[in-house]
Amino acid sequence: MDINGQDLIKACSAIGAGLALIAGVGPGIGQGVAAGHAASAVGRNPGAKGDITATMLLGQAVAETTGLYGLVTALLLMFVQPLVG
Amino acid sequence: MEILKNIFAPANSPEVDFMIKGLFSYNFFGHEVWITTSHVCIIIVLLIILGFSIAAKARMKRATEVPEGFQNVVELIVEKIDGMVEAAMGKNAKFFANYIGTIFVFILISNFSGLLGLRPPTADYATTFALAIMTFSIITFQKFKHQHVKGVLKGLCSPWVFWLPINLIGDVAVPISMSLRLFANVLSGVVIETLVYTLLWNLALIWPAFLHVYFDLFSGAIQTYVFAMLTMTYVNQAIEDGEY
Repeated sequence: MDINGQDLIKACSAIGAGLALIAGVGPGIGQGVAAGHAASAVGRNPGAKGDITATMLLGQAVAETTGLYGLVTALLLMFVQPLVG
Repeated sequence: MEILKNIFAPANSPEVDFMIKGLFSYNFFGHEVWITTSHVCIIIVLLIILGFSIAAKARMKRATEVPEGFQNVVELIVEKIDGMVEAAMGKNAKFFANYIGTIFVFILISNFSGLLGLRPPTADYATTFALAIMTFSIITFQKFKHQHVKGVLKGLCSPWVFWLPINLIGDVAVPISMSLRLFANVLSGVVIETLVYTLLWNLALIWPAFLHVYFDLFSGAIQTYVFAMLTMTYVNQAIEDGEY
């Protein structure tokens, strides 16, 4: 099997896309922590359930951003292939 | 093994393709400009909003003291948006309710348009970046209006003069992070739906509706709320920093 430079770049792009998605670990932990604290907050003060849920969702959506950067990088590497000449 | 292979990658499965397509191009002062599927989807979304607005206007002309039917719906939408802006911005709410309401409705209908079989316009980075640039211009304008040039420079050089480049990067990162957040959320939904419809096309019966409920309705609504909320928070901060 012959592997030329372009094939190598494509293969490395695929590996890079996989590595970029490791960024999903952080937001996963962060969102879990936020949801856990929100659950305990609802347990302490069930009356404020609506406010707590809204705040939790807003915070989680912001925390998600770093994971989404990883996703965008992976998609660029896989489908736009900027490194392939 | 042969069955599994047929289920997951049948020989005649269509190509995975979730890209934006160019429809036709024209020459704009020496630049080649493409009209893409995003433009068409935006026009469809705008027509939906326009149709609703005209219907609402016609209904509100003969509004009654006790609302009923369609008037209820219109009043509910306006009250919800006004209440959201009021809760986040307090006394500045009146001036910004129009802008926030406009981007809120546009992003919401754009995200929901996946249900109509369109590729959501917000899954095009150009759309979300344009929205974020509008928000960024308003933030910067309000900063200069309420803090004046001296206050803005002081804010950039706090806590110390050498923090200037870091503060500048922090300011420029606002539109980029806002637009990327919305774009990537909607795009991830589009990608997963496309993967299901192309690679699992002979299994994709009825159950992909739940994907649409999650990615188009739930995620779309939350991202709309987050975009509007962040806009309001940043603008409010720019105004309040000038009052001390």
